[in-house]
Amino acid sequence: MANMSLKKVQMPEQDPNVRNKNFKEVALGYEENMAVEEAERCIQCKNQPCVSGCPVHVQIPDFIKQIANRNFEGAYQKIKETNNLPAICGRVCPQESQCESVCTRGKKGEPVAIGRLERFAADWHMRNKEDKVEALKKNGRKVAVIGSGPAGLSCAGDLAKMGYDTTIFEAFHTPGGVLMYGIPEFRLPKEIVQKEIDSLKKLGVKIETNMVIGKILTIDDLFEMGYEAVFIGTGAGLPKFMGIPGENLNGVYSANEFLTRINLMKAYDFPNHPTPVKVGKKVAVVGGGNVAMDAARSAKRMGADEVYIVYRRSEEEMPARLEEIHHAKEEGIIFKLLTNPVRVIGDESGNVKGIECVNMVLGEPDQSGRRRPIEEKGSEHVIEVDTVIIAIGQSPNPLITSTTEGLEKQKWGGIIVNEDTLETSRKGVFAGGDAVTGAATVILAMGAGKKAAASIHKFLSEK
Amino acid sequence: MNEILEKKQLNPTVKLMVINSPLMAKKAKPGQFVIVRVDEKGERIPLTIADYDGEKGTVTIIFQEVGMSTKKLGTLDVGDKLHDFVGPLGKPVEFSKDTKRVLAIGGGVGVAPLYPKVKMLNKNGVSIDSIIGGRSAEYVILEDEMRAVSDNLYITTDDGSKGRKGFVTDVLKELIEKGNKYDEVIAIGPLIMMKMVCRITKEYNIPTMVSMNPIMIDGTGMCGGCRVTVDGETKFACVDGPAFDGFKVDFDEAMRRQNMYKDMEKKALEKYEHECKLGGILNG
Repeated sequence: MANMSLKKVQMPEQDPNVRNKNFKEVALGYEENMAVEEAERCIQCKNQPCVSGCPVHVQIPDFIKQIANRNFEGAYQKIKETNNLPAICGRVCPQESQCESVCTRGKKGEPVAIGRLERFAADWHMRNKEDKVEALKKNGRKVAVIGSGPAGLSCAGDLAKMGYDTTIFEAFHTPGGVLMYGIPEFRLPKEIVQKEIDSLKKLGVKIETNMVIGKILTIDDLFEMGYEAVFIGTGAGLPKFMGIPGENLNGVYSANEFLTRINLMKAYDFPNHPTPVKVGKKVAVVGGGNVAMDAARSAKRMGADEVYIVYRRSEEEMPARLEEIHHAKEEGIIFKLLTNPVRVIGDESGNVKGIECVNMVLGEPDQSGRRRPIEEKGSEHVIEVDTVIIAIGQSPNPLITSTTEGLEKQKWGGIIVNEDTLETSRKGVFAGGDAVTGAATVILAMGAGKKAAASIHKFLSEK
Repeated sequence: MNEILEKKQLNPTVKLMVINSPLMAKKAKPGQFVIVRVDEKGERIPLTIADYDGEKGTVTIIFQEVGMSTKKLGTLDVGDKLHDFVGPLGKPVEFSKDTKRVLAIGGGVGVAPLYPKVKMLNKNGVSIDSIIGGRSAEYVILEDEMRAVSDNLYITTDDGSKGRKGFVTDVLKELIEKGNKYDEVIAIGPLIMMKMVCRITKEYNIPTMVSMNPIMIDGTGMCGGCRVTVDGETKFACVDGPAFDGFKVDFDEAMRRQNMYKDMEKKALEKYEHECKLGGILNG
């Protein structure tokens, strides 16, 4: 008999006033009984809208049924059939706009907590089972994957399962892309990302770090080395700045730099890890996306007394996940909405001492469908801060497109692909994830990686 | 890969290492740099490619021991491996075909990034005068190498212990005043030196290339930590540089940004030296 409670089983979390001083994971995950209780809320409906709401089509009712039957390993294996990185997706997917947004139970009450259950199954497997090394049949054909973020990892995993000799080339010293350098430890523990990557390696995926493709090797070099197809999953890692006066003062960071120092280089553990980062007592984070929330919550954890989110529209238009906005507020982040910086102000030694902002009012919707913010005359005011973090978006890095002949790109830098096959203008070169779409979500990148793997298989089978 | 094949002490604080890195050696060009991480917890530091040999598959780095990471790097020996060695990064330098005569100026460890550019120019038949300087005699590096690729080599030391007493800028002024004509000046060294060189060459309107050395993390253009203002525009030194038109660089801003972490760098170094001493006691 289904559990007809209108609410999700609550997930234990660290207390906001404790967690805003540490980098440990905020959400603690379901225990077995909680997971079973939540799994029983799934009514196993016939039309399964949740499955089509998932970009990689995880067989959601099937795995949830396994949890309800306390076959946790079975649930994990079911998810793994379609999703290469479940411990990550269960944590960072925006389920409210994907699988859970179309859950039948959500029509009256809260939807089934699909994300939490996925996470539970993956964590349970990591705690209790060793990954089996399956003897995969190799077909002896080489494919190169550029970038080891969610798109590349997912593409490489599927290719390896199909028998391809797959090598990932990663520019950083650690694979994982945004999962490692962008999303903070308190949302996505790096140990978990590492375990997911290790399980891919067990499938036979090779990862070459410190390889900046476009510099040490070009895509043409890769073909010469015997790779028969290439997948570009290089993401959107080029930070945007605002172009306002004072942006190069000491104490102004791009969110990419700030988060890379903290997450990848572990600057929160200085001097045990020698990469420094400077966080003042009052911090302004400019922007309203997930990256802005991550930067603000990290700054708070680094000891800032006051952290502001400065955003030019209202809360309704914020692109960040509701859950992240909620968490940020709980942790004491102050929201300055309808506020836009026009200048960073420095002291005589060139350190930030404030930002001058103007108030905004919302006008008619623009092309993106969001109401356009308009400056309110005479509303200039100064917010006193000593650190400014710019989190207004990223675009694709031009390293690959500028060193590969015949690779067409959009004006804003995104690689142009055939939407059905993800093939680029260069034969045998495929691309997906943020490198194509601009900054989007982990799961969309993973979906693109899977799609590209299938296309590459088709392309090479017909070759 | 990444094995140290050769190690030389060039002066009390500057070391040279030849690293086994065949792929990089094939692609490297003058003006490019590498990012090094000494050990698993290490920070990423940018170092110049001072030389490379595509046939032998080697890349040479020269670094001054100024802080924790460079000191730690200096303790590695032949046979040890660098934990991470990434490159070649940055834009290779380009010279116009009309460049016939160049004045190359290197200060301190800046002679290391200067050398591969001069070597290439020399190979292309460009006539070179070079000025290299250091605090005192023992701080002047790559004298023989620079002499081999220069028509004239001038040496200066702050204390007069080698060559002539004074700054590289003193010789620069003399050469210009003597009537020497140069199509271009390349100046690499401390920011203050490059700024002073540009002040002089601008008066005489001699195009001047400088190589910036800002703080870097990734070195691939994804963070903007290395940004410099050039001609009023923000540039990322790791992808747009590190070489820029010296007349257009905002040196004062660059100097300020370079000192951003001074206090923390000191703290990291103190911790490292303290642990070294402890290690010495425990082991010895």
